[in-house]
Amino acid sequence: MTYLRRHALGAAALAVIAGGALVPGRADAEELTLCWAAWDPANALVELSKDFTAQTGIGMKFEFVPWPNFADRMLNELNSGGKLCDLMIGDSQWIGGGAENGHYVKLNDFFEKAGISMDDFAPATVYAYSTWPKGEPNYYALPAMGDANGWFYRKDWFSRPELQAEFKAKHGRDLAPPKTWTELKEVAEFFQGREIDGKTVYGVSIFTERGSEGITMGATSALYPFGFKYEKTPGKYDMEGAVNSPEAVAGLEFYKELYKCCTPPGYTDSYMQESLDAFKSGQVAMAMNWFAFFPGLYKDPVVGGDKIGFFVNPGQLVEASTLGGQGISVVSYSSKQDKALEYIKWFAQPDVQKKWWSLGGYSCHLAVLNDPSFPDSQPFASDFLLAMDNVMDFWQEPAYAELLLAMQKRLHDYVVADVGTAKEALDALIRDWTEVFEDEGKL
Amino acid sequence: MAETTSALDRIAARAARATPVPVARRLRGLSDRGIAWLFITPTILLLLAINIFPLIWTIWLSFTNYRANRPTLETEFIGLQNYQRVLSNPDVWHTLQVTARFLCWTMAIQTVLGFALAWLINRQFRGHGFWTTVILLPMMLSPAVVGNFWTFLYQPQIGLFNYVVSFFTGIPPSSFQMIGDVNLAPWAIVIVDTWMWTPYIMLICLAGLRSIPDYLYEAAEVDRASPWRQFWSITVPMVLPFLMLAVLFRAIENFKMFDLVVELTSGGPGSVTELASINLKREAFEKWRTGYSSAFAIILFVTVFGAANIYVKALNAVKNR
Repeated sequence: MTYLRRHALGAAALAVIAGGALVPGRADAEELTLCWAAWDPANALVELSKDFTAQTGIGMKFEFVPWPNFADRMLNELNSGGKLCDLMIGDSQWIGGGAENGHYVKLNDFFEKAGISMDDFAPATVYAYSTWPKGEPNYYALPAMGDANGWFYRKDWFSRPELQAEFKAKHGRDLAPPKTWTELKEVAEFFQGREIDGKTVYGVSIFTERGSEGITMGATSALYPFGFKYEKTPGKYDMEGAVNSPEAVAGLEFYKELYKCCTPPGYTDSYMQESLDAFKSGQVAMAMNWFAFFPGLYKDPVVGGDKIGFFVNPGQLVEASTLGGQGISVVSYSSKQDKALEYIKWFAQPDVQKKWWSLGGYSCHLAVLNDPSFPDSQPFASDFLLAMDNVMDFWQEPAYAELLLAMQKRLHDYVVADVGTAKEALDALIRDWTEVFEDEGKL
Repeated sequence: MAETTSALDRIAARAARATPVPVARRLRGLSDRGIAWLFITPTILLLLAINIFPLIWTIWLSFTNYRANRPTLETEFIGLQNYQRVLSNPDVWHTLQVTARFLCWTMAIQTVLGFALAWLINRQFRGHGFWTTVILLPMMLSPAVVGNFWTFLYQPQIGLFNYVVSFFTGIPPSSFQMIGDVNLAPWAIVIVDTWMWTPYIMLICLAGLRSIPDYLYEAAEVDRASPWRQFWSITVPMVLPFLMLAVLFRAIENFKMFDLVVELTSGGPGSVTELASINLKREAFEKWRTGYSSAFAIILFVTVFGAANIYVKALNAVKNR
């Protein structure tokens, strides 16, 4: 009896263990995990992916991390060869490291087999989100979420007749979305400290964040139009005369002036969320932020709809915008690469891309962007097209994090903490970057 | 005589029963020393695994060009190059200066305030138990929560701190930024750290004050020593070892301060509040310069270890006086 009971119990335990191992195993086989940042477009993707599950029976799990922790969390995951993510929508700067460190699967053969052509996607997005080395036909991601830094403003304030008249008297032109950085500063100064509806308001909310990438993404929005370049000759790492050119110095000085003259008090460490907060709480007349947030802002019941307007990053010497956005990659450590590729094949379809745009994601597919109805499909759609024509991105080198943190430090020291001059800051930046590239064996 | 012998036998038997049988006698083949090793070994293995091995590994990495995010990069032994780079890096020296200033100010203010509070609380006034609890509350909160909480308090537009300062000084609340101003940001951190950790110094000083025997004060009274003389000749020397111990603990903690400052300023504005620990974290887990940051960590470790040893010697000298 004892013998029987012992063996019966053993058999039952074995069955439970086996069942436990099999059931999740079956579920795992039919479920993909997609990793991305936690923001509005990610919610749109959850909605969109329901169609994929309906068509293929493959479930989708999502691992979304808030932006401030996104790079830390996900790069840790990739560097440790983690199997959490089957698909990764990683930042554009990660593409070099993703390719060289073997985190991402090279997609050329798959694209060919699946009939996916990179010619069907906007060239700037293919270059920025997919290729490594830059511009070479080696693809490690499918352009998934086009994005750039843009602007929004209080249309209702701009349209007030008394403000219009006052501005015209002062500057001889209409109070309208600025076309150059000089105009932007004039408008910002006009609103700074003004009382509107019994409340003191400020000119502009710009990025000044120190910890991750904020001030770099903000300041480069001014630097690029002023003529800043990373290299004199692409691929040569000859930064002297490009990074610290007189135009770049002027751009950085301008950004600091804008920060000093026209931002709300205490905006010394502000990025995406702080910019949104400043605008939504009615503190600022204009704010910079990524296009990804624009659909949500337009729907905002307090400041959206008729009260909000959008404009592309102003030009100065040239037209340029700071690139955001990401491509979708298959993680090389995933045990479900076939299914992950299936998701990418599905996602690349023009119909899916059209739905992606309609849900609030920014498609990079030419079938969407070249559609005649696209510019009028949203109040910010035409500005998005303009921005994506002139985007510039930070270094996408495998050592991008070192390069980025050096720039964060030098810019914050100069712009916010008043250390040295713009020329000194950019000279120091060249020294930092030179050291990194020497370590990398590229100099 | 026979009765006496049997009584002695009974006592001996009772004593033998009361004396525990060595465990080893019950576990054949093992000596007491063997059993002791049996019990200690798991702990030693655990310590080796989580303390000693990482330390040795870190020392080894500090002599290499290893990068945790570059599995394809061949690891090379580069001798003292990382140490040389750390020690010749002006940014590292800047962060060490920031850390030293932060340590000096927090320790000085917290020591004076902590001792004063302990002295006041020790006077056994009505409700002193309640006030002790209130004073101790900040210490019980998580530094991350405290940092977040004070970030709001320091907010120039809606933060309470600026309004309190404005109330007492007449300076407009939105005319200054505690954590956005290069001159005020270090003080903003010192204020929060003091608010949070002065109770710790107070608590240890209070223990010291309560350990002073009353007869010393009674003898001093008999000798007609003034309260001031009693304070300097009895209270201060008796509490000093406690105070020094509290300062040692706090100094070690503040040397590696991270979470509170990250929440408050992230090391900014610019780099004015970038402590060595924040810089180390950036080098190790954001820039992924593992070998370099290992060298930096070893340098910090040796600095703290050396300073703490010197300090402990001084503490022992005070105790043995």
